[in-house]
Amino acid sequence: MNTELLGVPPDTITRREVIYDQEGETLEISMGPHHPSTHGVFRMDVRLEGERIVRLKPVIGYLHRNHEKIAEGTTYLGSIPYTDRLDYFCSLTNNWAYCMAVEQLAGFEVPDRAQYLRVILSELTRLQNHASAVGFLVQDMGASGTPIMYAFREREKILDLFEALTGSRMMCNYMRFGGCRVDLPAGWIDQLKALMKTLPAFLEEFEKLLVSNEILMARTQGVGVLSAKLAVNAGVTGPMLRATGVNYDLRKVDGYGFYPRFEFKVPLGEHGDVYDRYMIRVLEMRESVKILNQAIEQLPEGPIIDPKAKLRGFRPKPGESYGRLEAPKGELGFYLISDGSPNPYRYRVRPPSFVNLTILEDMCLGANIADAVIILGSVDIVLGEVDR
Amino acid sequence: MNPFSTEALLAALKAQLPGVTVELQRNEAPSAQHSWLIAAQDAVVVAQWLRDKEGFDFCSNVTGVDWPTYLEVVYHLYSIEKRIGPVILRMRTGDRDKSVHLPSLTHVWRAAELQEREIFDLYGVIFDGHADLRRILMWDGFEGHPMRRDYVEPDDYEYEPTAHDHVAERASKHTTGGAE
Amino acid sequence: MLGGGILKGLAVTARNVVEGFVSKERLTTVQYPEERVPQVEATRDFPFLVFDGEDPMAGLRCVACQICEKECPPKCIYIDKSSDKKPDATGKPQFYPARFDIDISVCMSCQICVEVCPFEAIKMDVEFELSTNDRFGGLLYDKHKLAKSNEYYNHVHPTEAAAVDTKLAVERAKAAARAAAATQPKPAAVSPAPESGAQA
Repeated sequence: MNTELLGVPPDTITRREVIYDQEGETLEISMGPHHPSTHGVFRMDVRLEGERIVRLKPVIGYLHRNHEKIAEGTTYLGSIPYTDRLDYFCSLTNNWAYCMAVEQLAGFEVPDRAQYLRVILSELTRLQNHASAVGFLVQDMGASGTPIMYAFREREKILDLFEALTGSRMMCNYMRFGGCRVDLPAGWIDQLKALMKTLPAFLEEFEKLLVSNEILMARTQGVGVLSAKLAVNAGVTGPMLRATGVNYDLRKVDGYGFYPRFEFKVPLGEHGDVYDRYMIRVLEMRESVKILNQAIEQLPEGPIIDPKAKLRGFRPKPGESYGRLEAPKGELGFYLISDGSPNPYRYRVRPPSFVNLTILEDMCLGANIADAVIILGSVDIVLGEVDR
Repeated sequence: MNPFSTEALLAALKAQLPGVTVELQRNEAPSAQHSWLIAAQDAVVVAQWLRDKEGFDFCSNVTGVDWPTYLEVVYHLYSIEKRIGPVILRMRTGDRDKSVHLPSLTHVWRAAELQEREIFDLYGVIFDGHADLRRILMWDGFEGHPMRRDYVEPDDYEYEPTAHDHVAERASKHTTGGAE
Repeated sequence: MLGGGILKGLAVTARNVVEGFVSKERLTTVQYPEERVPQVEATRDFPFLVFDGEDPMAGLRCVACQICEKECPPKCIYIDKSSDKKPDATGKPQFYPARFDIDISVCMSCQICVEVCPFEAIKMDVEFELSTNDRFGGLLYDKHKLAKSNEYYNHVHPTEAAAVDTKLAVERAKAAARAAAATQPKPAAVSPAPESGAQA
């Protein structure tokens, strides 16, 4: 192993190991956990022949906090703040997925107003997640900072709304079993309506910035192609699955949380490449705006939590349940086994980013090393979720 | 989702594959998601029947569970083309230390690949037929299986100002100056 | 023409740059720490203990029931119950915390302690500029550092504090009415009903 090329002694733990074969044919690189483009502490062991990838193994676990075991030692209520920290961009959908699993386990019914609030917050989460995801993808391509900062400007307005309602910008901890924690403060709906007026203009501007950009099209079209059959078999969900042309959006399929009352389309791709995934996220942002406008109009008055639900001393009867919903990154599921005690017996998170990484190698084989970064960006992973 | 009865599907399975050992496990929670307990040797046959004949092409979740006398692996299956589900399969190992081998369903549903690796890493179930069974979340030289209920974590506490209960006892051996 | 898409994008960028000088909407940052963004009312950072009146320790609403300690997910609250009692706002003798420590390096600001407290004694503060040089004790707050007045609570969370004050006023009025009814002479009729244990 020839590490003196890097100027470090051979026994130092280096972030990047450069191994030259005898004939100098293949190069093995570790795109190591400290990397500006790997969306967190994620490592890929890549073997290159020139610039073409011949092998790619993802290595994860750098952010593993054993969330599932912590949940076995915490009450059901106490796990809700920990679910915020799974996919830390989308804390409200994490909360909702967990509360949905517990509500199925215990038989709580959520009142109408709470369901509408959940839909509103979930669509706001989807908006800000897709804006960041697109921004990060474009930043990986080299548009260093401009589109992402425009996206973050709008994202801050959404996070201001979250702070006004839940108290915190990202770790919202807002949903409770049977409804929501607290009702809307005065002026929140007006702030939301004002945002809805300016958001379409931002989306137009964002699209105009990028959509016919020749560099973007050349770098993303035909890159990282995934076939529909392989995607379904590999458990891929979310915008990645819809980019291959499979019409599977849990908001339409499961119809949870009053989504059947809203009219919205599900954008589908044709080629399953990075460009399709990028465009689907942009189009989904528009659909989210549509859903939000309808939800704001239809929002009823009423209680925001099931009166049967109590905060302390919650002991569901023995049983199990699997609750899933369409998080911005894919299908987020929670599997709970209860044995009648205040803590869950088994608490499992089905993370969309983790399962979507199964076919990372398949998509990257034969592509250039620069494309590996873009393909990873289009999978849209968050390490908090991958590692838990 | 289209309406779906897991009992009816189980009856169809027993009619078409008579030699297979499958029982229904009832789930008492309001979610009413009943599962099928399969013997390990029949798992691959059942899985292929579900995927090829009944259209269950999507394996959503693979979970490991630690029970007092055995380890269990639970698969949640859905059908994207027919919009039905879930079918829940359960497999149990013989005991917790000697016979922990179960067949891998990776070549039936590729989605199980990383999730089975995680169960191997955190619970210690060995999946026969898995292409690349190695630790995924813990580092390569790690010993032990953290999600098991009898796993004792090493106590390398440096400083715990508000230690409670058992953490307080173990931390007190490390902090200079005695117990908190 | 080739490059047209890129030029369109550059035009958008140019517009943003120019408008950043003239339009308030395009320039969304403030020069921290000279300027600050106004505090959103519902913000939560770390907990504090509320006291009524002038004396922080005598007016502390906390009765050391230890519910927040049990419900706290990362277990960052450490309470020692006192052995004697002191009168609370209605005059009833209650336990008080001899020691109430919160380790804010562990606290994750989840606000569950606030939700489960039956006595409106612990609420969320809004201060976030709390960095300190003392690594081992500087982030462990004891009850003297945590105690802040009800006026402060009204200042940082006006709507919430107003609702809490109304609720407590109603409760205290009821307790006072019960106390007044108990001290009135009973009519000399059948054997008097045994007084309930809740009487002061």
